[in-house]
Amino acid sequence: MTPEHIELLAALGRARAGVRVEVEKPYLIESRLTPLARREGFESIEALINELRAKREERLIWAVVESLCRTETTFFRGREAFAALRDGVLPSLSHRRDAPLRIWSAACATGQEVYSAAMAAAESTGLAPGARFEFFGSDLSERCLEKAQSGLYTQFEIQRGLPIRMLVKYFENQDDTWTISPRIRQTVRWRRINLLSDLSALGAFDVILLRNVLRNMVPSLRSKIVRSLTMRLASDGVLVLDPEDDASELSDILKAAPGGAGLYLRDPTIGTAAAA
Amino acid sequence: MKTCLVVDDSRVIRKVARRVLEDIGFDIAEASDGMEALAWCRAAMPDAVLLDWNMPVMNGLEFLKLLRKERDGDFPKVIFCTVENSVARIREALDAGADEYIMKPFDGDIIQAKFAEAGLL
Repeated sequence: MTPEHIELLAALGRARAGVRVEVEKPYLIESRLTPLARREGFESIEALINELRAKREERLIWAVVESLCRTETTFFRGREAFAALRDGVLPSLSHRRDAPLRIWSAACATGQEVYSAAMAAAESTGLAPGARFEFFGSDLSERCLEKAQSGLYTQFEIQRGLPIRMLVKYFENQDDTWTISPRIRQTVRWRRINLLSDLSALGAFDVILLRNVLRNMVPSLRSKIVRSLTMRLASDGVLVLDPEDDASELSDILKAAPGGAGLYLRDPTIGTAAAA
Repeated sequence: MKTCLVVDDSRVIRKVARRVLEDIGFDIAEASDGMEALAWCRAAMPDAVLLDWNMPVMNGLEFLKLLRKERDGDFPKVIFCTVENSVARIREALDAGADEYIMKPFDGDIIQAKFAEAGLL
């Protein structure tokens, strides 16, 4: 790839999805685009980029942008956050709601995060009697969402982060393929969402997980995205970021919850979410 | 330094596991079957046992059941590491007192994740 190719890809990622393409690591870009080039029948990444420049076909542009996004994830990644949801946040919120608790994994990649949240809810004690949940998984990538929706994982995937007792409780296997149980899978709804788009039609959520995202975004867009998601939180809702994410610029709308697990409480004095 | 007894009849697996576990700070002892492992444990209980299932002389499950009956035998965290990957087998291991379970093939990340899950890191 030439420097012009890399700059074109960086500009596309930035403009379409706010993604920070690591231009200093061309090998990473190549490793992400090579499978796409192969699937699309191009003999090289250069041929793919040339086609992109020549025809500017929307479908191919989005396929490239989706491929540039990081999708690495594991079950219960950052386990302290899920323990906090299970033991504190979900029981507490459940006693304040008659309607189902709405929990959104905003960049769910291949689904491990939203399924982990669903399992954490299933393991939670101290919930209000009859507490109900609605889980939502969204991502920019249709391919990731297809895999997430299937609930099928390899033996390698289920061994990263998933305690063995949870595996035998919530999964079934056939040879080396593991399927999450229908009672968990059926609680999750899926949708392709670009976090840069208008999110106001989505309604209000009690918990939003936005993890492994901000560090991969263009710095100037990070605050915008967090503000946009915070406005989708119920007035006593909780936003879950990575513990390493710097939310100091957002102290006017978010207050860090004790414990340092990346949980933030929405400041109840700011405007209410549109559909709350 | 924590100690881990690696029990596997494959010298290659023992060598790979040793390398991974030494990198994350464990002192390693090795045994090639359950009987040998039991002798190690009677001499000095390790903090952890990484345990194959199918081995000659005494298999991993038999070893685990006997270990848990030993004095201080409930002390070591036992992590199975085996090709046995059915839910029934995993339940059998958990019922016998296993703390975690790795399905082969494995890599360093999986070992590290499972040892962390068992509270060893």
